[in-house]
Amino acid sequence: MGEAAKTVIFEIERQNSTDESSYWEKFELPYRANMNVISALMEIRRNPVNMDGKKTTPVNWDMNCLEEVCGACSMVINGKARQSCTALVDQLEQPIRLQPMRTFPVVRDLIVDRSRMFDSLKKVKAWVPIDGTHDLGEGPRMPERKRQWAYELSKCMTCGVCLEACPNVNDKSDFIGAAPLSQVRLMNAHPTGAMNRDERLNAIMGEGGLADCGNSQNCVESCPKGIPLTTSIAALNRDVSIQMFRNFFGSDHMVD
Amino acid sequence: MNNNREFLLRRLHSLLGVIPIGLFLTQHLIVNHFATQGVEAFNQAAHFMANLPFVIFLEIFVIYLPLMYHAFYGLYIAFTAKNNPGHYSYMRNMLFVAQRYTGVFLVVFIAWHVFETRFQVAIGAGEADFNMMENILSNPLMFAFYVVGVLSATFHFANGLWSFFVTWGITVSEKAQRYSTYFTLLVFIVLSIIGIRALFAFV
Repeated sequence: MGEAAKTVIFEIERQNSTDESSYWEKFELPYRANMNVISALMEIRRNPVNMDGKKTTPVNWDMNCLEEVCGACSMVINGKARQSCTALVDQLEQPIRLQPMRTFPVVRDLIVDRSRMFDSLKKVKAWVPIDGTHDLGEGPRMPERKRQWAYELSKCMTCGVCLEACPNVNDKSDFIGAAPLSQVRLMNAHPTGAMNRDERLNAIMGEGGLADCGNSQNCVESCPKGIPLTTSIAALNRDVSIQMFRNFFGSDHMVD
Repeated sequence: MNNNREFLLRRLHSLLGVIPIGLFLTQHLIVNHFATQGVEAFNQAAHFMANLPFVIFLEIFVIYLPLMYHAFYGLYIAFTAKNNPGHYSYMRNMLFVAQRYTGVFLVVFIAWHVFETRFQVAIGAGEADFNMMENILSNPLMFAFYVVGVLSATFHFANGLWSFFVTWGITVSEKAQRYSTYFTLLVFIVLSIIGIRALFAFV
């Protein structure tokens, strides 16, 4: 016999449903060049046998784009939240530990329910209202350089990594986290969106809003898209400081 | 309507930490520093502070009430965080954790410090002078407790000042926040030297 084939060992924290308790299961699979965590999970799905040689259920995970733009395959890999599609096995320490992002309710195994992020986007009115009973015509123009800057903020894919990394987003707090806050900055920067900026600023002054940020800055360190989340938060802090005085001392108009 | 009570409470917590508590801390450490110039100088300074007009009102509105609010609301903030310095060991996150640990420790330290000095004076069991501090700090354990207490306070204030600048939207850009880190580091070092020098003057 030749020397033993090279293998990869995975330790996966599994859970059958939201209310059940979790358990760890180990898998050993043959190594292939350039494999990523997703291709390893596909291999486990093809042959769901754990390290004890027992047949088990295939591990569930979520995925979609496979090029780090959709955010669906986010999970905790060796302790850090990130996308599994761009987690290359060659660059990871073994055994590779996969866990669901427990900041969110676990649906099954590595699949989590990120609904709260979408609810937060609704709460902070992260959209530009353009619907009316008649054609409102063209909106104001946006300077090209501003558009280029705003494009960076628009790269957010609501993956949830910034929430998972944040010490202040947890079951004891209502904090909505960095992603929806940064979207407020994006929408407020839009020339048409700016027409409702006070509504968004007032929304993030509410329960679980901007004030719950503790400046640990894990979000900006963890964001896979490199969005300047902490700059967004500080900029919103400034906007909100002004809005706060405006609300109290009273202006007869809320939009410039 | 929006409920922005939490927002206002958090902003108040941030504001009170710097004004008046941070200013009071600075003043307190500077007055303590008179101890390095001898018994007489310290006693004179302590006497001056203790006999300011309306001193009880100054104490209540500049020290006790803001400090108690900052302490109790701070405990709530500290215990609603789920610290994760292990996997996310970035500098700011470490400081975030340290801010919470020093904060909780300071509640204990300041409670003890007020009881041991101000409260004893209030019930007539002593006088706030060089002697009192000399007695307290002659115990090596107490001396260590005070050294940790002073360093916790200067760290908590300096790092809190950094977040104050962010919270109120003063330092927005990454660059501003970086320079703010250098500045608050300097505040920490200077205040620590002043505080520790004073402690050593009593032994």
